[in-house]
Parts: sequence; structure tokens; C-alpha cells
Amino acid sequence: MSLYDELGGEASIDAAVGIFYRRVLGDAYIKRFFEGIDMEKQAGKQKAFLTMVFGGPNNYTGMDMRVGHKHLVEKMGLNDTHFEHVLAHLRSTLAELGVGSDKIQEIINIADSVRDDVLNR
Amino acid sequence: MPMITFDGHDYDCHQGETILEGLTRHGVLLPSACGQGVCQTCISKAVKGKPPVESQKGLKDTLAAQGYFLTCICTPEEDMELAVADVSKGWLKATVIEKQLLNESVMRLRLQSEETLDYFAGQFINLKHPETELVRSYSLASLPDEGVLELHVKRVPNGQMSGYLHDDAKVGGSFTIDGPVGDCFYTDKDLDQSLLMVGVGTGLAPLYGIVRDALQHGHRGDIHLFHASLAESGLYYADELNALAQQHENVHYIPCVLHGEVPEGGMKGDIQQLVQTAVPQLTGWRIYVCGDPEIVNGLKQTCFMAGASMADIYTDPFV
Repeated sequence: MSLYDELGGEASIDAAVGIFYRRVLGDAYIKRFFEGIDMEKQAGKQKAFLTMVFGGPNNYTGMDMRVGHKHLVEKMGLNDTHFEHVLAHLRSTLAELGVGSDKIQEIINIADSVRDDVLNR
Repeated sequence: MPMITFDGHDYDCHQGETILEGLTRHGVLLPSACGQGVCQTCISKAVKGKPPVESQKGLKDTLAAQGYFLTCICTPEEDMELAVADVSKGWLKATVIEKQLLNESVMRLRLQSEETLDYFAGQFINLKHPETELVRSYSLASLPDEGVLELHVKRVPNGQMSGYLHDDAKVGGSFTIDGPVGDCFYTDKDLDQSLLMVGVGTGLAPLYGIVRDALQHGHRGDIHLFHASLAESGLYYADELNALAQQHENVHYIPCVLHGEVPEGGMKGDIQQLVQTAVPQLTGWRIYVCGDPEIVNGLKQTCFMAGASMADIYTDPFV
């Protein structure tokens, strides 16, 4: 059974996106990267990302992540520290959803594997 | 084998194949990303044929109600015609039957269209200038069963369309319109949900339709309607809205101004802060915000941060 099913499938991803996105927007250090963007589209992308890290059905190639963050890296200085803030928010989102610490580490490792795609390295 | 019509061409879709796969096989590449019905990049609209319910999963209810679906998870059950963006149903003729100033700069324009327009209260139409072909969008303040189409037209400095509508358009004159368009409207998914409505200026127009549509559906939850303007002279329909609040104990009307005299039962200050103070906790609420884009987008984020789910926030930003 994948972690995705274990956590409750699509409904749990919807709950996670709500918590995760609120935490990210509430973080003064990174919220400027989210200003002026379409919140619905952003929530859709976060849902696809969380589905992937939870091991749900996905089609992840990294291309979308690279293209989607390229201008943020080049024009706004998106870097490792910002990425780590997002990871921290994912960690606390999972804790809030009651995911155990072993599973959290497993998910964080998967999320961390997209770091180079996000930072266009 | 269902046929898929897109951009004037017919394409066959194999048994068990999704529309996205079928069109890709024919060399027609639609925007798509996750391929799993999650990211909604491939959203399309069925202009003919009914998309299977599974292909609308996760979509906002107002999009599903208009035939939107996800091509990457749609295995068609019948012939369908799709459009990737909103398509015009063709221009209709409409006649001006009333012009009435509602305050110093907003005019109520009532139109009778030659054919009945099938719309959801709160959607908008496009209106074409009869001489210059200029097109502007106006929200519908009327209800579909009222027959006439009601628009609230604010006079914009040097505005070609609003100037024409205020000064030159005559009762009995005609226009061409198309629509309806938009996904900011009421659905009866939960009659007991608390509703927050915020209209800035003529952002009241769609809300005047939506609030009455909700009541017609028998909405039981509380409805808090904030109408905001710079000053009291920019507000309108206070009598109508006060009457609505008198008739329905779940309706609360709060006129808001930034400067000057505060209307009875109203508040003074920045609308985003007023809403935040009045209703700080929005978990489980449904939100409608219409009008000035900067305020609408600001309030959208404020409401989301206050706990409202994205699927419950409906907005119509316009100038």
C-alpha cells in the first residue's frame, strides 16, 4: 500500500494543500515568490506535487518544476534557504495531519529530491 | 466510437482512450501536465455532449455546471465538441428598455434580449458598441426568470463605452451582446453554509443577483453582504438591500465607506481590514468577492488565510 493510499488518497491531499499553502503564504520570508499569481493554478500545482511526494498517481518529469521556477531563480534569487523553508512547512503540515515521524522523513526525502529541478541546477 | 470535434475538425477516439490521448494520436496537442486529473492544466469545456462525471473530479462546482472537464481523465461516452477557452455562442440583439441613475455615477441599464439568455445570476455578458465595435463586459444583476437583463454601468472618465451608455444610448435603441460568461455564481451545494459577499463599487451588480438567487434556492445559512465604496455617494441600492435584510433574517447588509459620513448600520475604513475584523474566522464559509481587481485578489488571499477553502472562494475581478 502506498503512502498515498495509507493517508487517505485524494481527500487527504486536498486537506494537505490547504494547510501547506496557508503556511507558505503566511511565511514572510518566502511569500513574495507567490505574489500576483493565480491562487487556483498554484493550488493545482501543489496538489500535483504533494500527490507525487506521497507516492500517488503522477507523471513527474521535473520539466514543469524547472520551467515553473526558472524566472524565480533568475529574477528573484530563489535559493536553497527558500527551498528549505518550504520543506519545513511540508514537515509541519504532515505533523498537523498526524503523519508519523518515520513517514514524514520518507516524504521529506522525496520532496528534497526535486531541489535541483526547482533551483534549475 | 465517439467523435470529438475540436476547432472545426472531427477526430475519432478509440475505445478506452482519453480525449487527451485521442487528440494527441491525431497530432492535436492540448495543454496538459500531470496526466492524472490532478493539476487541471488540461481543463476544457464541452460545448456539445456531456462529459462523464469522473472527468470533472476536483473541479470547482461552478466550472462543472458549465460543462468544464479534464481531458486527461475523460474517456468519452458520446460524441463531444470541445473548446479550450470560452467560446461565443454568437451575438444576440438586445433592446434598451430602461435607463435609471442609481447614484451620481452608476446607471442601471435594462435590456431585453431577442432570445432568452440562459445564465446563472452573477455571470457577465459582453456588450458591443454599435458604432465602434468596442466590446466591454458587464455583470448581470438580474435573475434569469426576470426576463430583462440588468446591468450597472459606472461612468468611467473618458470611457468610450460607459460614456456612450450614459449619454447617447436611447431607450428603444439596440445593442448586440454575447455570453453568458463567468464562474462566480451560486450553487445549492450546501444551503446551511455561511456566505460572505463583498462588492466594491459596481461589484455589487453580480452580488445583487447572487444573493437573490441564493434566497430563491432557499439558502438558510447566514449571508453577510458588504458593499464598499470610497464614500456614501458611491453606494446604491441601500433601500433594496435593507428591505432584503428585513424580509430575511439570515441576510445582513453592511454598507462600508473609506471617507466621510458612515451610512446607518455601516462601517468606515479599509474594506479588507473591515472584513477581516468583522469575520476573522472563515473556516467552512463560502465567499463571493467582486469588483476592483486589487481588492478582490487581496481579499481572496485574506479569506483563504482565514480558513476558507479554495473551492469555496468565488471571485469576479473587474474594472
